[in-house]
Amino acid sequence: MSDNTLLEVKNLKMYFPVTKGLLRKTVANVQAVDDVTFSISKGETLGLVGESGCGKTTVGRCILRLYRPTAGRVIFEGQDISLWPKDKIRPLRRKIQLIFQDPYSSLNPRQSAGDIVGEPLTVHKLVKNNREYRERLGELFRMVGLDPGMQDRVPHEFSGGQRQRIGIARALASNPSFIVCDEPVSALDVSIQAQVINLLQELQEELKLTYLFVAHDLSVVRHISDRVAVMYLGRIVEITDWETLYENPLHPYTKALLSAVPIPDPSLEEKREQIILRGDVPSPMNPPHGCYFHPRCRLATPECSRVKPPLRQIADNHAVACIRV
Amino acid sequence: MTDVTIQIDNPMEIPFRRNGFIRFLNVFLGRKVVVFGAAIILALIVAAIFAPIISPYDPYSQNLSESLQPPSRAHLLGTDRFGRDVLSRIIYGTRVSLLVGIVSVGSAAFIGMTLGLIAGYFGRFINTLIMRFIDALMAIPPIMLALAIASALGGGLWNVIISLGISLIPTQARLMHGQVLTVKQADYITAGEVIGASDWRIMIKHVFPNCLPPLIVLITLNLGVAILAESALSFLGVGIRPPGAAWGSMVNDGYQYLLSNPILSFAPGFAIMLVVLAFNIVGDGLRDALDPRLRGTI
Repeated sequence: MSDNTLLEVKNLKMYFPVTKGLLRKTVANVQAVDDVTFSISKGETLGLVGESGCGKTTVGRCILRLYRPTAGRVIFEGQDISLWPKDKIRPLRRKIQLIFQDPYSSLNPRQSAGDIVGEPLTVHKLVKNNREYRERLGELFRMVGLDPGMQDRVPHEFSGGQRQRIGIARALASNPSFIVCDEPVSALDVSIQAQVINLLQELQEELKLTYLFVAHDLSVVRHISDRVAVMYLGRIVEITDWETLYENPLHPYTKALLSAVPIPDPSLEEKREQIILRGDVPSPMNPPHGCYFHPRCRLATPECSRVKPPLRQIADNHAVACIRV
Repeated sequence: MTDVTIQIDNPMEIPFRRNGFIRFLNVFLGRKVVVFGAAIILALIVAAIFAPIISPYDPYSQNLSESLQPPSRAHLLGTDRFGRDVLSRIIYGTRVSLLVGIVSVGSAAFIGMTLGLIAGYFGRFINTLIMRFIDALMAIPPIMLALAIASALGGGLWNVIISLGISLIPTQARLMHGQVLTVKQADYITAGEVIGASDWRIMIKHVFPNCLPPLIVLITLNLGVAILAESALSFLGVGIRPPGAAWGSMVNDGYQYLLSNPILSFAPGFAIMLVVLAFNIVGDGLRDALDPRLRGTI
């Protein structure tokens, strides 16, 4: 682990028990996250992509310690926080923040915008007096491109994009070093998406932030990420920098995902090979043997159904979990 | 860490926090019907406090030669079978009825909502413990429960209040519990956790205010229930002891003369209706005034 590493996730597993009956006997486990390992350096953005239900949000919530991981370690600034009790985590929350997907549900409808953004300041006692509080609040509002005069309004008086900016301001209030962006633009209009993405990038440069950017939209991830990890059914199948990923994807699932991104050129679009996956994602309660992707994979061999492929280092900065490449 | 400083000349000049209370009053008093309801409640409170000054006769002094008189100039609402002035008894009854209604429902709401909030928010073992106890209380009809408690404690004003209070707790707790379970799913609760707020802070600042609207309605409905239940308890002999004046017991006293002298029951009945109506209107106004989405629209 280099000095530059901010966050390391090692063999993270998050199983949710499925219980039955009066005695709450565990009958099965939903393997939302199964053996995920990656690290993020300071100032870097790691994109985490995958289809719905593949566990990308759960990874983010384990890092935020909203869940207690079943196994594995979450190392933030050199400290393993994966098993810390709630009270010990609380002061650390200043440094790890979250931007939500849904700008409508993530703001308390009965609080004013100013109260929402200012709450972290009060909770962590980051300001000494009312004047400092207002100063900081005004600063935060301007940082995210909102008029500080709107502090008094309540969430329903804002548009979706503005609401998301309030959410971002709240995340920034406690001066975090690491932010989990949980699909921060997927609920917004396309024109607003670009604005918010650009805002996130500007803030990253100004405030030296590190992002874990969770998304299912590859074109959005491409715009903001330094490296991208592709998840399928709770596991990382490929992780590399985005240039390599887009030019030389190796895992068959990554290829299929990339072929679904539209190219804004009709003739090119017509010529290229479209990979359409067969079938559905298997249930994470009962994942297939061997490689989780083999029932839908074009390259699958009988061996694929027996061997669980480890994440292999193919080149510098490029790891793939597939025995066929 | 912030190297970026944004110049703000004077942060105090940013228009900030127009007084929330004034805004609340603006919406609350913006509707005439709400003002009307509030005025009734205010008038009743005044009547309760100044009952000895306002009422024309002593509500307890009997005069059998003047029993069961129809309304006249001397007795505006007539007299009951003991010759007591009905108007004076209604004015004095305001004291008991308002006290019974407000104190029993108020304490039931406070205890019930607290229990429901804690059970719903913390879940698991605490939830099972509290809610199964509430379920057990709910299995008994409220009036039976109040009757049982009142007969165990004996009659009298405060025992009526205690027994009604306890019997109204389950509905408050149930509704609150259900509301908490819904509100708890919202992202802003997770957001509270992420910014490091304590459980109490999340409960009071984020969960509670968003659970409130249906509870306000239930509280105003329960006020009517409590005032009427007092009459049932009095009728069964475990409530306000005669000659104490309370609206509910007056309705019951008068029912024997319903055909010959209906005003004996109707006058206190009208008073009950007025209170329930006024509290319902004010409750609705309160709910709307507390809802930020409705600010400025009403």
